[in-house]
Amino acid sequence: MMGGTVISLRGATKQFGGLVAVDNVSFEVREHEVMGLIGPNGSGKSTTLNLISGALPATDGDIALKGQEITGLPARDIARKGVARTFQLVRLLPSMNVIENVMAGAVFGHRRRWGASAERHAKQVLETVGLADKAKAHTSQLTYIDTKRVELARALAGEPEVLLLDEWLAGLNPTELTEGIDLIHRLRDEGRTIILVEHVMDAIRSLCDACVVMSSGKKIAEGTTDEVLSDPEVIRAYLGDDDA
Amino acid sequence: MKRDEWKTLGWGAGLLVVAALLPLTGDGYLISLGVTIAMYTVLATSWALFSGPTHYISLATAAFFGVGTYVTGSGIEVLPYWLLLPIAAVVGGVLAALVGLATLRLSGVYFVIFTLGLAEMTRQAVTWYQNQTGHKGTYVLTDFTDNDIYWQLLGLAALVYLVGWAIGRSRLGFALRIIGDDEDVARHVGINTALSKVALFIVSGAVAAVVGAIIAPRYVYIEPSTAFTPMLSFQVVIMALLGGTGRLWGPLVGVIPFTLLWEAISSSFPNQTTLLLGLSFLAIVYLLPGGFVGLYDRLKGRAAKRSALA
Repeated sequence: MMGGTVISLRGATKQFGGLVAVDNVSFEVREHEVMGLIGPNGSGKSTTLNLISGALPATDGDIALKGQEITGLPARDIARKGVARTFQLVRLLPSMNVIENVMAGAVFGHRRRWGASAERHAKQVLETVGLADKAKAHTSQLTYIDTKRVELARALAGEPEVLLLDEWLAGLNPTELTEGIDLIHRLRDEGRTIILVEHVMDAIRSLCDACVVMSSGKKIAEGTTDEVLSDPEVIRAYLGDDDA
Repeated sequence: MKRDEWKTLGWGAGLLVVAALLPLTGDGYLISLGVTIAMYTVLATSWALFSGPTHYISLATAAFFGVGTYVTGSGIEVLPYWLLLPIAAVVGGVLAALVGLATLRLSGVYFVIFTLGLAEMTRQAVTWYQNQTGHKGTYVLTDFTDNDIYWQLLGLAALVYLVGWAIGRSRLGFALRIIGDDEDVARHVGINTALSKVALFIVSGAVAAVVGAIIAPRYVYIEPSTAFTPMLSFQVVIMALLGGTGRLWGPLVGVIPFTLLWEAISSSFPNQTTLLLGLSFLAIVYLLPGGFVGLYDRLKGRAAKRSALA
């Protein structure tokens, strides 16, 4: 069921002064694939995501979306070409209600709609994430997982080619976590292409087709999830030498 | 259009007709007060079109306004008056575009300072130019009475409300609300933030310049210190904030009480006006965050809650 390449990184590098946060990282994500970007804290996963979405410009290397170069483009152009994301710390639009938050994605994203059509589409997406009954609610009235659902719906509303989730499951309680994993599972079954930065191992095992493991800015392993998680070097990166 | 919108439009048209009847009173003082209120209504409303959703506080109103008065001042002997208004709009719009392109990438505080500096710089440049040519000011001699000026400003106000209403329903209006909430999110959903902000800033600058062009004949004699007075920029900000920028009608309900208050202050305490302006600004910020619009929304919210409990 895998299609062509959606996202490819070749030698992507990000330097902050003397610190190399992302060091010559290359990988590919194919259509309908869910790829986990994992690694210990500070290994450069989120920075890599920021390079893809255009939140940060890459210092070196090439990033392409469906074969088209997007390196160095501003975030708005990358979003329009079909990359949508959520943020590590949830960012909703505080002056707007739930459906308006989602319409922001529907009106300005990859596939643009306006007026009644945008509203209809936003409602459908809210149904997908399980928030249909809270469309008119104000964002301040939502539970934590619901704020995450709104952000996810906003990203989905533009019908992106690829969805970037930056620790979307972090901070959820056990019940919410099960709901969250189920939700992303449904997106996966719909055939969406997703890159997720994640720490929750259960989620990685059940959701990801493939993983890229990073440590200190470098890619240290790549392959199917099972392969990668049993790789001694990956275990060493997570747990230290003694346990490997 | 929905029924609510027709109703609002009806109310607006009705109020406009009532306002247009003011000169029939024949009371010179009332009419002159009406001109001041109409002038600040247009300035504060167009200021809020840009600054309301984006939260960028612009202190450049005096620059656009002053440029507008000088368009009339220098063109009135050569060109027909009706041609001067669109010229003022274009000049104000171009100036706003230049300022916008140079500064809207800057974050809040730098933008405020730059716009204040711009107004001062324009004033100094005009003063310098006039000194070179040996003039101190310019005479604007027309047949216009306060009534004519008042009606022109009312017409412009109606136009600004229509434009503001249209922007509010457009993609551009939606984009600006998103930018005002979170500029990073705006960029990541695919909004060209710089272009959206510059577009609205141009509208706001063009309108302020037309106000200047309309009001110039009232001054009869214009010089840089009156045309570009920074006090104007501050007053517009205070009035808009007093009314509240969340709704299109917000600035209007700030302009009317403030103009009356200001009238009282400047006749009773002519030497302490700046001090009292500062105090009233503090009072607004502390006591009425969100202005009258915010107060109205809070009261409405409380009433809705009470009726829900009952």
